[in-house]
Amino acid sequence: MLELTPKKVSERSTLRINPIKTCQPVGAMYAALGVHSCMPHSHGSQGCCSFHRMFLTRHFKDPAIASSSSFTEGASVFGGGSNLKTAIKNIFDIYDPEIIAVHTTCLSETIGDDLNGYIQDAKVPEGKLVVHTNTPSYVGSHITGYYNMIAGFIKYLSEASGEKNGKLALFPGFVNPGDMREMKRLMKLMGTEFIMLPDTSGVLDAPMTGSYTMYPKGGTSIPDIRDLGNCELTIGLGELTSEFPADFLEKKCKVPYKTLPLPIGVENTDNFIMALNQFSKNEVPYEIEEERGQLMDILLDSHQYTNNKTVAIFGDPDTVLGMAQITLEMGMIPKYVVTGTPGAAFERKANALFEKFGVEGCVAKQAGDLFELHQWIKNDPVDLLIGGTHGKQVARAEDIPLVRVGFPIIDRYVHSYMPIVGYKGAIRLAELILNALMDRQDRDCDDEDLEMVM
Amino acid sequence: MKNDAAILPERAKSIRFSECSGDGSGIKCESESVSGAVSQRACVYCGARVVLNPITDAFHIVHGPIGCASYTWDIRGSLSSDEEGYRNSYSTDLRETDVIFGGEKKLVAAIDEIMAIHSPKVIFIYATCIVGVIGDDIDAVCRNAEAKYGIRVIAVKSPGFSGTKKTGYKMACNAIMSLVTPDVLPEKTLGVNILGDFNLAGEMWIIKNYLRRIGVEVVANITGDAKVDDLKKAPSAQLNLVQCAGSMTFLAKKMEEVFDIPFIKVSFFGVTDTSDSLLRIAYAVGDKEVIQRAKAFIEEEKNRVIPLLNKYKKNLEGKKAAIYVGGGFKAISLIRQFQEFGMNTVMVGTQTGSKEDYEVIQHLVDENAVILDDANPAELEAFMREMGADILVGGVKERPLAYKLGVAFCDHNHERKHPLAGYEGTLNFASEINLSMNSPVWETISQGGIKYV
Repeated sequence: MLELTPKKVSERSTLRINPIKTCQPVGAMYAALGVHSCMPHSHGSQGCCSFHRMFLTRHFKDPAIASSSSFTEGASVFGGGSNLKTAIKNIFDIYDPEIIAVHTTCLSETIGDDLNGYIQDAKVPEGKLVVHTNTPSYVGSHITGYYNMIAGFIKYLSEASGEKNGKLALFPGFVNPGDMREMKRLMKLMGTEFIMLPDTSGVLDAPMTGSYTMYPKGGTSIPDIRDLGNCELTIGLGELTSEFPADFLEKKCKVPYKTLPLPIGVENTDNFIMALNQFSKNEVPYEIEEERGQLMDILLDSHQYTNNKTVAIFGDPDTVLGMAQITLEMGMIPKYVVTGTPGAAFERKANALFEKFGVEGCVAKQAGDLFELHQWIKNDPVDLLIGGTHGKQVARAEDIPLVRVGFPIIDRYVHSYMPIVGYKGAIRLAELILNALMDRQDRDCDDEDLEMVM
Repeated sequence: MKNDAAILPERAKSIRFSECSGDGSGIKCESESVSGAVSQRACVYCGARVVLNPITDAFHIVHGPIGCASYTWDIRGSLSSDEEGYRNSYSTDLRETDVIFGGEKKLVAAIDEIMAIHSPKVIFIYATCIVGVIGDDIDAVCRNAEAKYGIRVIAVKSPGFSGTKKTGYKMACNAIMSLVTPDVLPEKTLGVNILGDFNLAGEMWIIKNYLRRIGVEVVANITGDAKVDDLKKAPSAQLNLVQCAGSMTFLAKKMEEVFDIPFIKVSFFGVTDTSDSLLRIAYAVGDKEVIQRAKAFIEEEKNRVIPLLNKYKKNLEGKKAAIYVGGGFKAISLIRQFQEFGMNTVMVGTQTGSKEDYEVIQHLVDENAVILDDANPAELEAFMREMGADILVGGVKERPLAYKLGVAFCDHNHERKHPLAGYEGTLNFASEINLSMNSPVWETISQGGIKYV
């Protein structure tokens, strides 16, 4: 497997081999699915919509619904205005959502479609809504598309009425429904009233009921999105993902914001809990303290198995930074941390982490790819690989255990239901990492070294 | 009265009920999708990519923004007996400045960079949606690269909007023609080419083995487990066997025209179709010994497999099947296969079926069965419910839909887990649908009084 990856690293400035990112529209589609009764709409060729739905379906193992403008030759010459007009009419007629969230594609961006104009001219049934965002596929990554779509909802809907609602606005970052549920649980335990956008829990982890519904129970409600403008404060989790919409909401509705790393690991979760504490002025309940204490207990019990183990982490920027943090907290050395999403801030933040924990010889790279990471590993191996499914070829080629964390994971089940955030999430990550390392030790050791008690 | 609440008016002509087949109007198909529909269809690029991707020692550079490369990286369980190059993803990852100033330079550099790492025999360059719009002359880039490196660099112009997935199949077929057309036509051999098997879960190997057993030599596999040098021998074959008719009839016709190779359509799904196809191949080859051997082989396999299938039959008989697949030819094979199992097909749809396909389908199914072209999830749901389907056969996007409805499922597309072709494939298929329909999980989830479809 992947024997074609040579050890010698050659100069590569343009060719992308085995990417760790995908394009903006799929991120926008994911964000729109986190709004209740919303139809995500892809303004471009049919393949885009089909690929994105397939990609999301493979990760969540749940139906991912979205419609397409179905561009033809004609639309690519004369513009997609009439396609969008027809699409809006058809969608409301037959699928009857409360809101359509349009995102663009590389094609509609390149031919210069004016979405603002199209939507203003569109016939929208009374009480229904159409919003949009621009998601040129040749800028940023799916992470960019995700936060652009969140900002799109705010742009069209959020308003400051002049009366504060006493709530916290929370942008959860690019995470799974399981993480969003955990964030909500922690906020409730802290007695914080909140509005979270988007919220894909109850949509992409909807229960089996025996009937298929296009718009499951979950998702942020439209009144809540409007009310975001009246929040006291915004917390954007995942600094590289959530700062943009937080800043956008501040500019539009004067809601002040702070951003924090994704609450992955001890310190990051502490910071999130403290921020909630400052906001709600409620004391941290025993239930949370207990979870934290359990995590401490686990890290201490198992530290000998993780100390100084080297790890390569790849995936989305905030997730990778969070994973770097928790592995450092477990005494491991995140030798390579790579994201496909472009942006220099990633490297700065990763290097700051290396410095804080005093580890040497670690490399961070933005806009990287798996081919290059594979070459690094060939030249100087690691004990563990952490990332999505696409790392499995490298894991097999180099015989390194892979802990699946991030997006997309298309070859395993259940992961999207389980959190990696909060103390509970950290306990789960500790278990996943320890199992991977200890299973490997059991597999590799000589017969006489096989230990019953570890 | 059928449930038409879920049907867009523009879609009504793409859905029909066998009972009203007397008006002679036929089903509306092979047309563009309606704007706003939640179609299950893909695009031109996807069509081209899925056909060419299984060529194991080819390099595939996707010229465009990263998405088109990411979504198609190693997605099609096409197995290789040797090379693994095709399981990597190569892209020019176009950025904003490239869109403004053009992407040609980047494409040239990408080819140079691939040549610095590997020594490919052929590189396919896929032009995605925006490449034509920004005015890149990829033909020129390919010509220059061929001159510079002495290898084949073939442009596959497949902007997503320029038709349906079927258009992409044609682009791929043109690329294959460009690759295999020699300066001078070679001497004919006795061998055959297999067109339209992509070696999903190793199906090409099963078919090749059958042909070997009856004494027919295979010249080129197109494109499952194909290698460039083998493909180039394709013009010397005496006969083409077309399996996935939707994607490969175009290539077969071209090869007939240019290389003088006749073709027959075959199907290896189900005992009947497999036996039938083997016999037709033997007669087409026209060698007495081959015919003898084919008859004997079919007899032997039938004797082996039918008793095993009969064991499943008591679990399958009387169940109702729904089909939603890519091409019409596969749908037809599946209907026949369900008939062999004593099952009734109550709903059948395809993404890209042709008028002829739908005519055959109409004759095969019961008069109250539902037939639909380019369906959306709402339609699939409505008709599966109404017709009381016990199992859906489809692809990745249909799986969670079926499960949410409480309907069993079998993937007959890229995610098939076992080979479904040939006699052993039929056994696998029976085993899979039996496993899904009669899994204890239905008992478990029915507890608590929830009733499913």
